[in-house]
Formats: sequence, C-alpha cells, structure tokens
Amino acid sequence: MKLPDLVEMAARNLRNARLRNGLTTAGIGVGIASLVAMLSLGVGLQELAGRRLSRSGLFNTVVVSPWADSRQMAREGGPPGAGGPAGAGGPMGQRPPEGPPALLDETARRAIEKLPGVVEALPEIRFVGELRLEGKSYIVPAGGLPASARDDEAFDTLQGQFFSGPQAAEAVVKLDFAREWNEARPTSILGKELVLRYAERQALTPEEEPGTTNSGSESADTQYGFTVVRREQPLRVVGIIDADPYGGMRAVSRARVFLPIGLVENLNIMQPTDLRSMVQSADGQKTYPSLMTRVADPARVSEVESAIKQMGFRTYSILDAAQSLQRFFVILDLLLGIFGSMALAVASLGIVNTLVMAVLERRREIGILKALGASDRDVKRLFFVEAGAMGLAGGAVGVAFGWLISVAINWGTAFYLSRRDFPPETVSAIPLWLVGAALAFSVAVSLVAGMYPAGRAARLDPVQAIRYE
Amino acid sequence: MDANAAANPEGSSAAHAAGQAQPCIRARDVSRHYTMGPAVIPAVEQVSLEVASGEFAALLGPSGSGKSTLLHLIAGLDRPTSGSIEVAGQELARLSSEELARYRRHTVGMVFQAFNLIATLPVFDNVELPLRLSEVDRAERRARVEEALARVRLSERRNHRPGELSGGEQQRAALARALVNRPSLLLADEPTGNLDSRTGEEIMELIAELNQKLGMTVLLVTHERPLAERFVRRMIFMADGRVVEDHNGAHAREAP
Repeated sequence: MKLPDLVEMAARNLRNARLRNGLTTAGIGVGIASLVAMLSLGVGLQELAGRRLSRSGLFNTVVVSPWADSRQMAREGGPPGAGGPAGAGGPMGQRPPEGPPALLDETARRAIEKLPGVVEALPEIRFVGELRLEGKSYIVPAGGLPASARDDEAFDTLQGQFFSGPQAAEAVVKLDFAREWNEARPTSILGKELVLRYAERQALTPEEEPGTTNSGSESADTQYGFTVVRREQPLRVVGIIDADPYGGMRAVSRARVFLPIGLVENLNIMQPTDLRSMVQSADGQKTYPSLMTRVADPARVSEVESAIKQMGFRTYSILDAAQSLQRFFVILDLLLGIFGSMALAVASLGIVNTLVMAVLERRREIGILKALGASDRDVKRLFFVEAGAMGLAGGAVGVAFGWLISVAINWGTAFYLSRRDFPPETVSAIPLWLVGAALAFSVAVSLVAGMYPAGRAARLDPVQAIRYE
Repeated sequence: MDANAAANPEGSSAAHAAGQAQPCIRARDVSRHYTMGPAVIPAVEQVSLEVASGEFAALLGPSGSGKSTLLHLIAGLDRPTSGSIEVAGQELARLSSEELARYRRHTVGMVFQAFNLIATLPVFDNVELPLRLSEVDRAERRARVEEALARVRLSERRNHRPGELSGGEQQRAALARALVNRPSLLLADEPTGNLDSRTGEEIMELIAELNQKLGMTVLLVTHERPLAERFVRRMIFMADGRVVEDHNGAHAREAP
C-alpha cells in the first residue's frame, strides 16, 4: 500500500477511537513536555553560563606574557599580569623556547595585532592614583578599559555613558566609590570634574643619563633608564557601574575608577613591573608584563595561541576551562534527559496498551484486509503509521507544553530575581534542535512501542479473524 | 461421481463439462489438519479437484464437511497440511507470504456470508480497498469503483455506511469489492446465508451474471441445495472433509 493511503487509513482509524487515542497522545505529550522542560533547563543554564563567560571577554581572550617573566613569576609565586595561572614551567605544560626570551615590547605587540583573527592586543594597566574631587582626596586603584569593554555585562546597568573615545579625559567610577563620595545621591557624581594624580614614567635621554660611573667599556644602550614624575590629569565622570568588569576575573576588574585604555597608555603611568622591565630591556624601551589579546571568534583562539607561541611567548586562554564546563553540561543534560524520559517511558506503555486494544478490537478488520490482499507488511506498516502519528501529535503537544513550562520557569525566575534586585535571566531555552529532537524522539519511542502490537496484528490468522460467529 | 473419480481430474466430468477450457483451479491430494491439543482434526482430507476457467461450481455439504476450509485454502488464506493447489497457473504452496498476499489481491475475489465490510467506511471506500492495496492510482480507482458499483447496481448508495444498507445491498457491495480488481476467480462463502430467500436469489443472479458476462470462474460454498440447483451447473458434494460426489450439469440452470 502507498504511504498516503496508509496515512489516510491510519488517520481514519485514529479518529474512530478519538477518546482513547487522544488520551494516549496526551500521555505522550506529557512525557515529551517533561523531557523538553528538563532539557530546556539544561540548555538554558548552559547558554546562561556561556553567555556570562563569553561577555566576560574570557572566551575570546588570550593572555600573552614573556617567558622571562614566567620564570621569574614562578619563583615569586604568581603570574605576570592577571588571568595567567601560576605554576613553574608555564601554563598547560608549555615549555620555554630555546635561546634568550623574546621581549614583549611594542614591536611584539604590533606583530600580535597583525595576526589573523586578532582584534586588539592591549596591555592591562592597573595602578594606584590619588583622586581629588571637590576638595576631598581618595587613594584608589584605577585601570584602563578598551572600547570593547562596553559589551561586558558590568556595563548593562551603566548609569550615565561610556567613554566618548579611547583618548577622552573621562572616567567611569564604581558605585561604591560614588557612594563613598555622596552616600545619599551617588549619581550626582556624574558630570563632576576630578583630578587624577599619578606617577609618570619618563624615559631618560642619553644626555639626561646620570654620570656613568661604571666601567667605560659598557655600551651606551645599557645606560638608559627612566625617572618618575608626579603628574595630574583632569577627568570628567561620565558613568557609574555597579559590577566588576570581566566578571571580576582580571586584575583591572578590581579597580574603582576606570579610564579609556588609550588615555592610560599615553599617560605613561609607572607600573610595578617597570623596574624589572628596565633591567631586562636592552635599550630601556618599554616592555609589557602581559598583553590581553582579543580574538574575533572564540573558535580561532587555539590558532591565535599557536601563532603567538611561535613568536616565543607563553599564552593562556580559558578554552580548556570552557571545555570542562561543556563536559559538565553534557552530563547535566544527560541526567535531566533521563529524568525527563521517565514520563515518556510510562507514556510509551500507554501506546502499547492502546494499540494492543486496537488489534483486539479491529481483529476482524485486519482479517478482512488480509483476505483482500493486504500483506503482513502492509498491516504492520498500518499500525506503525498509527503509532508514529500518535507519537508525532504527542510530540507536538509535548513541545508546546514544554515551551509553556519553559516560559513559566523564565517568568518565575525573572520574578524571583526582580524581588531581589537582580536583572532578569533566561534560565530555560528551547532551541530549534531541541524541538526537532523531541519530535523525532517521540516518534521513535512510539514506533518502538508499536512494534509488539504491529507484529501481533501482522501475525493474525485471517481465517480466524473473519470467522463468522 | 465418487471421491476417487474426483481425484482423477483427467477423467472427471467437470473437466469434460468445461470442454477443453484450461483449469482455473487444480487441487491435488489436498489435506488440512488442525491440531487441538493431542487431537488431530482432519478438516479436509485428500481432496483432488479441478475447476475450469469460466466455470460456475458450488461446494455443498453439511456443516463441518470442510467446504469452507477448502475454499480458504484455494483463496490463499490458509495453507494445506499436504497436497498442492494450483490456481491460474500459480502453485500456491510455493508462494511466499508476500506473494500469497499479491495472489489474493489480483487473482481472487471473495465474498463472505457475513459480508465482511468495514463498518466505519462508506460503500465507496469499502469497494476501493483492494485497489488501494494494489496501489492503483487515485483517478483510476474512482473509475473502477464506479464501474463495479454500477455492475452490482449500487451506485446511488456509494456514500452510505454498511450499517445503513440492507443485507442484500451489503452483499452487493461485497460483490463489487470482490470484482473491482478484476480477478479471474470469484470465491463465495455462503453468500446467501444471511439473506432472505428472495434477496438470496437476487445475489445468486448477480453472481451468475458476473460468471456469464465477465467470464469469471466462480466457486461457491453453500448448503442451500435448491438455490444451487437453480443457478449452478456443477455441484461438488463434501462430507467429512472429502469430496463425495461431483454433479456436473445434472441440474440444468434455470434462466434468471
């Protein structure tokens, strides 16, 4: 029999026992709804975690540091800059290259920025400065932020605005700093002019170099150093943020006042690593303890890491941590899927029951069909189509119910979070693949459940079935 | 004619009566035994029989004589315990289950005492069923169903369900369903058993008409001898699973 005819006959048979088939289909619907709701929670939580990590800039960031610092830092018990894991021998079992360590200087920075897939390579600058505001003085940790930080979720609740440009003499302050300044009306800090007092690192020219008392055999290059001068920079407060940028996972995250990174670089602010840098650098040129290299696509992080390693630097990215997280969610999804499938397993027994009943009730009809020339295969296929149709309908109902449950979970979560002054979060999500997978699974389970009744119908002896009583 | 004579098709009066026509049914030493616990019940025992193409024959006998069982074996609904049945050149014992289903679709049309129409389907859909099973195109199906309904004079009842029809109309619908696939053999199992005598006669007239006009071979099971005598040229009597007598042309068929 052709498939359209089978479908037509199956639909007619299902219509003939509307209540029973409807209840069976509803049973499948409940099973699928439970499965979809469970998995949507797993998917939603995974997406939430992914979104948070992705927006924290950790997934598409490669921390680059020189091997020289690494060796030293390992001895000192801490990584250079932030984000890099401590440990002797470098991160993830990396080994330093042979020969003298490469300098992470301006030339290296430009070379890294030219690598395919790299958006920017920025130093992470955090320093302690003095802020003067309307006669009051505050010693605060300050840091530089690139324009890309605007996408960080810490700026979701930004009051005021972001920096107007990379060189703008503007500042974004943390809410706790604004409160320290004015407990009652912290937002009144917006638009205020403040003065940042900081230590500037000024390179010495050969003429300015103090008298060379060492042996005259030393090269003039090695005599270059720098001096430190106190400077002031006026800034206008343009924004207030409450949360720590980058999820609080970088050194700069812990600053209380943020400046555009371009401005901070131009100010040439003295860094704690400058003394070591001066010793290491052959010509007194500025070197970076680390560079935050932002990659356009997280999928290219490995490729960029390899290229940077080839240049003689060590790298660290959170890719490995992300993979561990992915494994965790696979296990979570599996467990949720198993719990969700239990209702479906019960529903599949309903299909077996309904179809066995149908075989008993339609015994004569099956006999007639066989007498008219239906093969065992035709009869089997008819019951499979009926089971599959119930599975498909149940799956569709289940997906719809699952979606409603998912919406309810999100609504409930948002309500709960809003009561605690948190922004709403999507914790349950139903992607298109989940809809397709749920429908396919529903049909597959129904077909498996239909195997026994279909086989039983196909084996029916037509002579016995149509015997006149 | 006795059973032994029936077992010898070459010398049978049936073959003779059918002239030189090719046999449509050729059964040789067919037995069908049922096992019920330790007991073996011989429903059909060593039956040999030939029915020529275009012949109209009836199997008669008391209940339990094995006539319906023999009919089911010829219809390919059941398989003999031993012996062979050849219908329209096909040796049924050699056919697989799938081939046997195809044989039932294309070679045989069947009508039953209980009509065996599907109660939930209107007449048109009931008649259409064998065509659906044969995967005939929708447009051709419609034409052939209309033709079959017209032949049994039931066109105006095409949209009625079996429950809305009289017994005679239901049997006519069953006849339309049996002939819609244009089979060469019509097997009728007590087609008048559930009908009053007048309606029974009408059905017999219709079957005889199909036999005459379409040249369809007809093998009928009945226990109504007077009715058979009026319409059927050849009567094969069975008792205890064996053919005990084979009357050929002994009773001239009255014109309908």
